[in-house]
Amino acid sequence: MMLINLVGLALIALIAWWFWWPRARPGADAGTGVVDIIVADGVYTPEQVTVAAGQPLRLRFLRRDPSACAAQVVFAELGVSADLRVGRQTLVSLPPLAPGRYGFTCQMGMYRGQVVVR
Amino acid sequence: MSHETRIALEGMHCASCVGRVETALTAVDGVDSAAVNLADRTALVQGDAAPSDLVAAVKGAGYAATVLDDDDPDTAPDESEVEARRLLVRTAVAGAPGVALMVGDLAGWLPMLHAGTGQAFWLAVGLATAALMAYAGARFFRGAWRSLRAHHANMDTLIAMGTGAAWAYSMVVAAWPVLVPIAARHAYFEAALIIIALINLGQALELRARGRASIAIRRLVGLRPRTARVLREGVEHEVPIDTLRIGDRVRVRPGERVPVDGVVVDGESAVDESMLTGEPLPVTRRAGDAVTGGTLNGSGALVFEAERVGRDTVLAQIVAMVRAAQASRPPIARIVDKVSAVFVPAVLMVAVITVLAWVNFGPAPVAANALVAAVSVLIIACPCALGLATPMSIMVGVGKAAEHGVVVRDGEALQRSGKLGAVILDKTGTITEGRPALVAAIPTDSADESTLIKVAAAVEQGSEHPLARAVLEAAEAREISIPTATGFNAVAGEGVGANLDGATVLVGNAEFLAAQGVGTGPLRAAADRHAGDGATTVFVAREGALLGMLAIADPVRADAAAAIARLRAQGMRVVMLTGDRQATAAAVARAVGIDEVFAEVRPDAKADKVAALQAEGLVTAMVGDGINDAPALARADVGFAIGAGTDVAIESAGITLMRSSLHGVADAVAVSRATVRNIHQNLFGAFIYNVLGIPIAAGVLYPLFGVMMNPMIAGAAMALSSVTVVTNANRLRWFRPEAAR
Repeated sequence: MMLINLVGLALIALIAWWFWWPRARPGADAGTGVVDIIVADGVYTPEQVTVAAGQPLRLRFLRRDPSACAAQVVFAELGVSADLRVGRQTLVSLPPLAPGRYGFTCQMGMYRGQVVVR
Repeated sequence: MSHETRIALEGMHCASCVGRVETALTAVDGVDSAAVNLADRTALVQGDAAPSDLVAAVKGAGYAATVLDDDDPDTAPDESEVEARRLLVRTAVAGAPGVALMVGDLAGWLPMLHAGTGQAFWLAVGLATAALMAYAGARFFRGAWRSLRAHHANMDTLIAMGTGAAWAYSMVVAAWPVLVPIAARHAYFEAALIIIALINLGQALELRARGRASIAIRRLVGLRPRTARVLREGVEHEVPIDTLRIGDRVRVRPGERVPVDGVVVDGESAVDESMLTGEPLPVTRRAGDAVTGGTLNGSGALVFEAERVGRDTVLAQIVAMVRAAQASRPPIARIVDKVSAVFVPAVLMVAVITVLAWVNFGPAPVAANALVAAVSVLIIACPCALGLATPMSIMVGVGKAAEHGVVVRDGEALQRSGKLGAVILDKTGTITEGRPALVAAIPTDSADESTLIKVAAAVEQGSEHPLARAVLEAAEAREISIPTATGFNAVAGEGVGANLDGATVLVGNAEFLAAQGVGTGPLRAAADRHAGDGATTVFVAREGALLGMLAIADPVRADAAAAIARLRAQGMRVVMLTGDRQATAAAVARAVGIDEVFAEVRPDAKADKVAALQAEGLVTAMVGDGINDAPALARADVGFAIGAGTDVAIESAGITLMRSSLHGVADAVAVSRATVRNIHQNLFGAFIYNVLGIPIAAGVLYPLFGVMMNPMIAGAAMALSSVTVVTNANRLRWFRPEAAR
């Protein structure tokens, strides 16, 4: 019984650590070009795009996931959003941004990615 | 403005073709960037180059090209219907065996798990279930695994863990029954199958309902005809609408749709503009009148000259604005975004806590009960319903508004319109027609009527002011030739001075003339009388001598009084704002039933009046024609640009009324309130659903009533929750804002 409880508590700690602990995310550096982002299986790949401050950014989303969840990408802080069609590329142009982190998600906030402006 | 054009390419084989096409496209004037995708043989071009130039450039490089129209319903196959059908097939494939297992189990037709043959049977069922789950639910497992690796959690995580746990537990029981007490020896294969079936079913229903929610935009897009009849050298050619250019002469036969925006050069017809403006009565269009693309020509034939084509047409701009607004997130959605960011990991923790609670305090069979409760928790939690609550209502609400000629810039403007406490109406062009006409010209002894009009017209010639137009029209109607004045000097809201044949001429209000040392005393009585009838009066002086007075009146819009009564009935304080004199303003206010008036307000002070009402704690709207009240429109919580018909893109307005009627404001408020109410219902429902559903699934009712939730019920509830949200949002489609009229 004791063992089960300990395993349970460890599991809770593991969930918190796995999902909420801040960590470096695999990402792509935008440079001055276009970054391709694949929308499939619940994740944006890459999920983080780094761009220099003051540099406009172009993200080209390719949606492979036909489920309704993936139908839209929303940059909530920037007031930008785009409808994504299955099997098709959609270009999202962002203006030059101030340094910071700008999240982008699907309409329901399940797909998650971020733009890091340095 | 830069935009995207998609081009389908033919004849491309290799990476070097990609380079060649990209180079050709980039060389076209106005192209910012061009990206060719070899896989789907398309090019995506950014910039403001004409599509026909792009096609020509690709052809020049040796490939065939056609412009793809993203808005065209014909070239955009309804992918959601295909996907919905696929989901229904999966529902049947997983659901039918799941239901068969459940019925067989309940009826006692299936062998017991702990008997010798029973074990083999259940192992076989377990393997078959795995195969069916792989077919119907592979997506969830793949998504769960990939998100997990990326340290994300989503719906897939919950579904995969819930059904995976049910299947794994059942396999353990089937393979090693001795590990589990007899009372807990039960397999949950049917639950795993039925849950996967129900979630597929829920997603299919949701997709269909979502399709209905976007019907408004499809209807707007569908207004655009595919071809137009162009007259070239007197011969009529039917050409694709994309090839129309500014200046083309276009013929519209009776019953046809006007293809693009332009000005009629020949013919006369009643044109039905209701699809854009919400105005039910057709309007007569004859030579010199503007026609708008997408409207329906009546029984006459028209020839017009194209003035705006492609993405510049009013219809294209409305579509773009409605699309952007439908996708925008009002402030209310932001709190939800925060919740959904932590939702799934939190539910995973609750599931673990549930297991611990059952293990520590629950009755036997502990393992089976803990499993049932934890699976139910994972399955019933539905972050989707929460996430969908706001965007679905906004999408339907914005579409509904567009149907009534109310074009909303974003979700925030829509949300704020529902909370309005005061609405400020600009007088000229908003309450009145905005087409003032000269009603009286009273000269002094120093001049006669035609001199008075001639001098005033000369000074007003360069002015864009509506009153100036009335003077010029009066001069034209009386066939008075207008001399040329020089050295114009205008004081906003007061008057204008100029030099005419060496003499200084002043046209303006009494204060303006008084400041220049010209008294208006002899005409004050006449001026007050006209002002009392709602006319605006201006005085004219030459070389310090008063020439006379002009009274200009702007008829009140026929439906203004009714619309203002509606606004009051909606609980709003209605205030009129004008640069006109108090007496003129009061007369108009009386005619339309307004008792609060800000008169003699200079254009640059209009925004201050808005701020004054805001300081009283009222969420304030400003309604104007956008010409000289842009700062006030921008200052207001919601700016309404009225009768913008031909110019949708008024930057300072949150809401553009396509129809020149104040009913549009009342309609916007009604739709907005209904939408916000709908969002609240959705959010409340989704929150309550999760807040009650998760504890019940965890088993909080067990100590009281001895009942536990069946995981299949949890699956059904979860499948229904997002469908309910979308369906509730769809109810807005039947909302009728004019019902209160």
